[in-house]
Amino acid sequence: MPVDIDIAKVANLARLALSEEELAAYGTQLEDILEHAERVQALPTDGVEPTSHPLPMVNGFRPDERTESLEPESFLSEAPDAEDGQFRVPRILE
Amino acid sequence: MSIDSVTPLNAGGWEAVIGLETHVELSTASKMFCGCRADIPEEPNTACCPVCLALPGALPVPNEQAIEGIVRIGTALGCEINETSLFYRKNYFYPDLPKNYQISQYTFPVAEHGALEIDVEGEPFTVGITRVHMEEDTGKSTHVGDGGGRIHDASHTLLDFNRAGVPLVEIVTEPDIRTPEQARAYGAELQRVVLALGVSDAKLEAGSMRFDANVSVRRPGEEFGTRTETKNVNSLRSLQRAVAFEIERQIAVLESGGTIVQETRHWNEDTGKTSSMRTKEESEDYRYFQDPDLLPLSVDETWRLRAVEALPELPGAARTRFRDAGVDPVNAETLLDNPALAALFTDAVAAGAPGRLVANWLTGEVIAQLRRDEVDVSDTSLSSSHLVELASMVDGGDLSSSAAKDVLTRAMAGEGTPRAIAEANDLLQVSDTGAIEEVVEQVLVDNPDALEKVRSGDMKPLGFLTGQVMRQMGGKADPKVVQQVLRAKTQGE
Repeated sequence: MPVDIDIAKVANLARLALSEEELAAYGTQLEDILEHAERVQALPTDGVEPTSHPLPMVNGFRPDERTESLEPESFLSEAPDAEDGQFRVPRILE
Repeated sequence: MSIDSVTPLNAGGWEAVIGLETHVELSTASKMFCGCRADIPEEPNTACCPVCLALPGALPVPNEQAIEGIVRIGTALGCEINETSLFYRKNYFYPDLPKNYQISQYTFPVAEHGALEIDVEGEPFTVGITRVHMEEDTGKSTHVGDGGGRIHDASHTLLDFNRAGVPLVEIVTEPDIRTPEQARAYGAELQRVVLALGVSDAKLEAGSMRFDANVSVRRPGEEFGTRTETKNVNSLRSLQRAVAFEIERQIAVLESGGTIVQETRHWNEDTGKTSSMRTKEESEDYRYFQDPDLLPLSVDETWRLRAVEALPELPGAARTRFRDAGVDPVNAETLLDNPALAALFTDAVAAGAPGRLVANWLTGEVIAQLRRDEVDVSDTSLSSSHLVELASMVDGGDLSSSAAKDVLTRAMAGEGTPRAIAEANDLLQVSDTGAIEEVVEQVLVDNPDALEKVRSGDMKPLGFLTGQVMRQMGGKADPKVVQQVLRAKTQGE
């Protein structure tokens, strides 16, 4: 009954390398979750205002004002690799 | 929004279908979700904090001024502003944002269903606006290696996150555009709208405004063809060229029996070609979901009405106003792109000067002089009252139109008011009929042969006689009056 999930595709989108056993285990878990969602969806919700956020608040803006930024050295020193004041990462495209 | 009436076809009967996505960086003081400066300092990674570096536990808080900016853009584009809109996470694997996702919008953008009326070489054309949504800009990646900055040949990449988190508005059109010229005209008009609103500096060359062009071709009446998305278009001219190239490339592929691959392509300014970057990820590959860190946005009716009231005169209205004042279409576009000159025009016309003449001066001599001296009009002494005085002198016959141009450049250089300049340089022309009559009579006496010919119906010597009068008066007679007097004297007696 629940939606058929291509668990390998989902894992690939999240760049997760899962073993056959993990694929099977997570597949079952996701199916359970979807099944639960389906039960919730079956509830009569006529006249219930849709909720887009659990908090009864909107916006929560801050004024357009500047605050202190960090010293580059303070975070670049924590990076796996840095060069000329920038983060250095391996080549992006294979 | 019917486009059925005008569907220009390309060679082989192909119709191009074009939609544009435009990104505009808002010129707020601080970033979209944190207080780092948003003006992107030169020194790398000097405008970064735990939020825009995605350090654990950091929370984004939206900048109210940025929301104000996007509401104004949506309003100017005639969109419906959604009462409630939502922030989403757009997930992707590319290191230009340290969070591994971009905060953007998906369903319920700030604004949707608008339109922008553009002008394509004098013809009005309407481009539908699908949506206007709020997001954050990415960091800057520098690809290092032998490939001259090309990602494919890079050995490694350096990342500067100063731009990461700068407020970015994306404006998406309907696939209404059919020609490269329309694409360019849309880009130009959108840039003018954004500049008129004052929400962004909209500099294409600096990347604070940039276009992505979705292009496909089809036989008229058929379903849309497979589209490609061309990036890295950073001038209006490139936009037109890139779209034109892509249309021709796709037609060539299809006519040789090939198929178009849905992909992202890169515009190369130097070669004038687009090249494949990567196959386009499907929309669901981004695994959009609502960002739990951010509350829903609410733009209530009071805010929406305030945005409508705060709208400045938009370029479409200004264009109509210029043309109604007699300005020809090409000069009207020049005024639209030069707000300081447009302001002088507006003031001069309001004070009674004829629009066509003033626009000719501003878009002719004045711009030429500004370009020569590499200055802005505010750096010169030219004022709208100068234009008014100059126009009335020409109108009253005190100044020939060529002398007026000389006076104009002198007024720009601060030599005084037009009348003072004309007097000081002996440029005033004589339109006093009495003075001219005297000279005309003398010239006729001196040239009896010419007079005889004119009297016998040969009008050719009239030009010669006019020239003689003008020369004797040192070029300062109003030629129109001279001709009138000549005709009267030669026909009359």
